[in-house]
Amino acid sequence: MHIVVCAKQIPDPETPPAAFKIDAATNKVIPAAGIAPVLSQFDGIAAEAALRIKEAKGGKVTVISLGAESAQAAIKQVLAMGADEGVLLKDAAFDDGDSYTTAKALAAAIKKLGDVDAVFCGRQAADWDMGQVGLLVAEELGWPVAIIAKGVEATDSGLKIQRVLADGFETVEMPLPAVVTVSNEFGDPRYPKLPQIMAAAKKTVTPWAAADLGLDAGSVGKAGARLQLQKLFIPEKSSKVELIAGDTPQEQAAALVAKLVADKTL
Amino acid sequence: MANNILVVGELDGGAPSTTTLELLGGAQGLAAGGSVSVSLLGTGATAAAGQAAGAAKAYVSDDAAYDTFRGEQWLAAVQEAVTQSGANVVLIGQSVVGRELGPRLASRLGTAAAMDCVSVADAGGALQFTRPAYGGNALATYTIATSPAVATVRAKSFEPASGGGAGETVALPGAGESRVAVLGSEKAESTGLQIQDAAVVISGGRGLGAPEGFQQMEALAAAIGTDKAAVGASRAAVDLGWYPPSQQVGLTGKVVNPDLYIAVAISGASQHMAGCSGSKVIVAINRDKDANIFGFAKYGIVGDWKAVVPALIEELKKLK
Ligand SMILES: Cc1cc2nc3c(=O)[nH]c(=O)nc-3n(C[C@H](O)[C@H](O)[C@H](O)COP(=O)(O)OP(=O)(O)OC[C@H]3O[C@@H](n4cnc5c(N)ncnc54)[C@H](O)[C@@H]3O)c2cc1C
Ligand SMILES: Cc1cc2nc3c(=O)[nH]c(=O)nc-3n(C[C@H](O)[C@H](O)[C@H](O)COP(=O)(O)OP(=O)(O)OC[C@H]3O[C@@H](n4cnc5c(N)ncnc54)[C@H](O)[C@@H]3O)c2cc1C
Repeated sequence: MHIVVCAKQIPDPETPPAAFKIDAATNKVIPAAGIAPVLSQFDGIAAEAALRIKEAKGGKVTVISLGAESAQAAIKQVLAMGADEGVLLKDAAFDDGDSYTTAKALAAAIKKLGDVDAVFCGRQAADWDMGQVGLLVAEELGWPVAIIAKGVEATDSGLKIQRVLADGFETVEMPLPAVVTVSNEFGDPRYPKLPQIMAAAKKTVTPWAAADLGLDAGSVGKAGARLQLQKLFIPEKSSKVELIAGDTPQEQAAALVAKLVADKTL
Repeated sequence: MANNILVVGELDGGAPSTTTLELLGGAQGLAAGGSVSVSLLGTGATAAAGQAAGAAKAYVSDDAAYDTFRGEQWLAAVQEAVTQSGANVVLIGQSVVGRELGPRLASRLGTAAAMDCVSVADAGGALQFTRPAYGGNALATYTIATSPAVATVRAKSFEPASGGGAGETVALPGAGESRVAVLGSEKAESTGLQIQDAAVVISGGRGLGAPEGFQQMEALAAAIGTDKAAVGASRAAVDLGWYPPSQQVGLTGKVVNPDLYIAVAISGASQHMAGCSGSKVIVAINRDKDANIFGFAKYGIVGDWKAVVPALIEELKKLK
């Protein structure tokens, strides 16, 4: 089975809120000094799910990322985990796209690979938190899709997925080729060891531009985007905290309860 | 500008869900002379149309096959409702249904979806869709140039609709094929009050130090009353296996907007606050006076929860 993992490089979501800044003129996040971008957390988990299937059933895993040259690091991380090949979709024409143009380029790359049986994405990219690309790739390819998986298993006829619902879980089955988006309930991704990191560093990543995918530069990136970002801003915090004084926890607790009762909160 | 709005409704016990009524309320405000319609799928849909306040027309199918959500079946029906209603705006809840239907519907209609919106505003020109991004650190406002504009909307973003139900119903076809087969489902064994419905939510974090800490959170909830208070958790606590995933509050968990949210030993990461910052009053108990949570709280106690929580339980018991 040939599984493609879609992996996005993002600004570190654990950046302390104080270091999170936006350039209001360009509506872009100003990269925090000294904090390197990371592989979007859920994409590492999607890679783990793909690698476990490869280990159980054989086959190969290809990791694809659309992004800047720096996204090589995200690709190398998945290669170090055990993926076989890496592809970087890099072209100035891809810049400032939206979920739709990103999915369009990813789907074109998956078609170009030709023999793909399944695509594993993260449930959402941990920067924009849209949760669209996996579904849009499925629509572009015309494949069935199951989202927010906490378990993925290859069966004789396709994939068996355990999906997270609001109030429990659901088990679904679908034939290949298919798309899955994976959630944190799946479990943690493996940590690559040093020899694997060294081996991955030596691997060459295939670069594909829009033209290599048969995509017109006017149909991707900013030119092809359907969602127009008008404004990106940091919301104002309204709260001014009142710290409850008291010499003992008992005094503090009594003062807090008195305030909540006075406010009619309790 | 007048907008023709289709709300993709969901049924809850044979009636339009609370979120459906909220979306209809939002649609009433945004229609500005245009039409508001609703689609309802599954057992009892036709009867439920009469309770879909704010909608003039309901697109319905009572086919029980729709009771379990399967994306492909719902997509076909909703696409039909969009076409027939001539909608230029489609609103869906940010639910299991909306997360899947929003992007797929947009793709099939050659347009775009804005996901997890907290506000949809008419500022004169194109509708403005605002949603959290960067784990709740930022808000992003989008417009959608293509039609229809599709948006999934977070619970409690609008006031529920008032007025009578849909006067006219139009039949949608029954469910078609689905390549994805649902083999079975399992309800999380959450007894009693759901955290989304509770007036008071008490959440514990990694700072509890051990799963036993949640027994204290449950004791605190019991002191307030189990009919009012429920216990949630941060993702760090859930990932450690201390509390069930169904109780996780935050970006990748539940969104709660209670009257009172008590965060115990939770640092207040943006991804956690994304699930509770709409609470009326936040109380933070944390031993670190610089913890981010105090930036959101109305009241704070700086101290060890192990001392503060038992004292709080004693005080609350005195109220009864
Ligand atoms: C270089 C670059 C610059 C951009 N600049 C801006 C900007 O200034 N303003 C703006 O609004 N948008 C910008 N975008 C677009 C924005 O980041 C897109 O919305 C994004 O690429 C699509 O993903 P999403 O965040 O919507 O992902 P989601 O739909 O949340 O992603 C779900 C899953 O899809 C896969 N996936 C998503 N994106 C990629 C990717 N790039 N490569 C591989 N797999 C992926 C992952 O598996 C991910 O877990 C830019 C994108 C790129 C690549
Ligand atoms: C994409 C993404 C999605 C996420 N989604 C979510 C989500 O849905 N929900 C969520 O919660 N998180 C989410 N997170 C994780 C989030 O970033 C934080 O890591 C997490 O919320 C931290 O949990 P915490 O506050 O319990 O733990 P910590 O950050 O470790 O905080 C523990 C706190 O306890 C305090 N403390 C320790 N001991 C005591 C004591 N004895 N008495 C009093 N206080 C004490 C400490 O001072 C500290 O402030 C997400 C992260 C990412 C990247």
